[in-house]
Amino acid sequence: MAIKEIEQDLLRPPQPPGPMRWIRENLFSGFINSILTVLLFPAIIYLLYQISKWVLFGANWQAVSQFPMLFAVGQYPRDQIWRVGFIFSGLMFMLGISWGRWGGLLKSIALAAGSFLLLIAVLPVQHPQLDMTMRIYLGSTILLILVGYLIGNNTRLKNAIIIAGWFVIPIIGIVLLAGFEASERIPPVQTTLWGGLLVTFLLAAGGIILSFPLGVALAFGRRSDLPVVSGFSTVFIEVIRGVPLVTILFMFSIILALFLPVESRIDRLVRALMAVTVFSAAYSAENVRGGLQSVPLGQIEAAKALGMGKLHTTVFIVLPQALRAVLPAIVGQFISLFKDTTLVVIIGINDFLGIGRSIINSDPEFVQMRTEVYIFMAVVYWIFSYLMSLASRRIESAMGIESNL
Amino acid sequence: MSDKPIIHCTGVHKWFGDFHALRGIDLDVYEGEVIVIFGPSGSGKSTFIRTINRLEEHQQGEIIVDGIELSHDVRNIELIRMETGMVFQQFNLFPHLSVMQNITLAPIWVRNLPKEEAEEKAIELLELVGIPEQAHKFPGNLSGGQQQRVAIARALAMEPKIMLFDEPTSALDPEMIKEVLDAMIDLAKSGMTMIVVTHEMGFAREVADRMYFFDEGVIVETGTPDEIYKNPQEDRTKLFLSQILQH
Repeated sequence: MAIKEIEQDLLRPPQPPGPMRWIRENLFSGFINSILTVLLFPAIIYLLYQISKWVLFGANWQAVSQFPMLFAVGQYPRDQIWRVGFIFSGLMFMLGISWGRWGGLLKSIALAAGSFLLLIAVLPVQHPQLDMTMRIYLGSTILLILVGYLIGNNTRLKNAIIIAGWFVIPIIGIVLLAGFEASERIPPVQTTLWGGLLVTFLLAAGGIILSFPLGVALAFGRRSDLPVVSGFSTVFIEVIRGVPLVTILFMFSIILALFLPVESRIDRLVRALMAVTVFSAAYSAENVRGGLQSVPLGQIEAAKALGMGKLHTTVFIVLPQALRAVLPAIVGQFISLFKDTTLVVIIGINDFLGIGRSIINSDPEFVQMRTEVYIFMAVVYWIFSYLMSLASRRIESAMGIESNL
Repeated sequence: MSDKPIIHCTGVHKWFGDFHALRGIDLDVYEGEVIVIFGPSGSGKSTFIRTINRLEEHQQGEIIVDGIELSHDVRNIELIRMETGMVFQQFNLFPHLSVMQNITLAPIWVRNLPKEEAEEKAIELLELVGIPEQAHKFPGNLSGGQQQRVAIARALAMEPKIMLFDEPTSALDPEMIKEVLDAMIDLAKSGMTMIVVTHEMGFAREVADRMYFFDEGVIVETGTPDEIYKNPQEDRTKLFLSQILQH
């Protein structure tokens, strides 16, 4: 009988500890641990109390709350702001569709974005920039997310079309933002007026999308058998990696302009984008190269033995395994690219950080509130960086489950 | 058996740096034959079968596979690789692709087979090697023996005329060796031309037409399994056989 009971016990894995046991094992497991707990616990409570007191009552958020549009789009003409709204809604619609199709992290993001919009739409405050039109716009954008969800969930829309949408809508958006020379309804808007989160996202997303293929190409270039190709790639990578981003930004914004004739001048924002792209590409290239080296020779031999040519072997066998091996490093690179875009302030582009600084400097009263402004900006940067890191972890674990490697 | 060999090797030499790995190998294989190559490690047996599909490049001598001479011509090399399937000691399945994708990738992209056709064929082959239910798993979720049987199915999916096996059971746990050997025996009995590097003497005795004993880059002795086991001529063969048959 006794033996049988033990066997019954062993049939199940041990139960996770209850809350009391957890506290005992983790917080009061020894003399020193108990003292530390007793000392630190009030300290942490006190700190949290002080922080929340400051955030809610001590801090003056006027410098932030007064200029939501400035933080969002910079000096973009207010009578043309519908173009930004159009793109934003388009992207939210795509987010809704992707949520309906793939769920997972996209569901969390879509729900978070929707709740955030809803919160602003019904915020019971008087604000000149939160008028009825704005509230209706926000409300209809929430509806668009939901409509997107239904479409993504219930229709047989091809995955490729959804992915294509994610590329097509931003491209249409950028064209729309820039406007058309001959048009009266949609006149051109100089990029000097673009700013805020809009520019930060443009630079970060553009930099990521352009630098990644360039980085992969450079990584293969460096391993190439052709001395010209590998030499060029190596020099490119080593030069870019050996120079601070600030220098590259200056090089593209000033020196490039000196060499090119005035009429063929490339737009300032595009030059900044080129600078962050080549910078990020050099680092991505080294990450990818590390991944390429991690693919076992046996994999390539197996592909060869099946009669697969170099191109097929690279596309189907080597690259997927290489990228999977270095995905965390690549996402880390993207996160630092996102934060590095703040450096464009020094070549006179008003990205999110630049807007914050110019608000602080615009009024002696606001100088007093610089702590609040910087904390607000830090939180915004953290939210998006953390989202990227979350996405990376989800992708990693999804791939891990599939292959169990 | 036709009178023209499907694989014809004369005077094959191969150096790794200064190390002379193959020292003049002459070996002909006729259609439908099963050849077993055995010998101590470092004897050049693996190197030799890897020269047949150009995973290793021979520096001297002549290798003709199915009427195509192995030269530096890349097109010839890819043609020969389409005619010869290979099974590796370490399986070398593609870990990021499902079993089904592992098998259908090359037929779809190299042989330009329609996807549905390739998948139908893959299921047939998986039935042949006895694991049709594993089609949608990933290699990491299979046992070693199952992985190796998938590798055999993957090679067969290209409809090769010749199958090369490079120590296919050496990396397997003992209880899994049999399932792989059974699949190989079935294949041999179906008339496939096979060159197998192995020390599985039971397998050799059952299906091999001829055996070759390699040592130090040369063929020391050749004969039918009966001749090799019962009456080896060379001292080195006797010594080696006594070592591997002790257990």
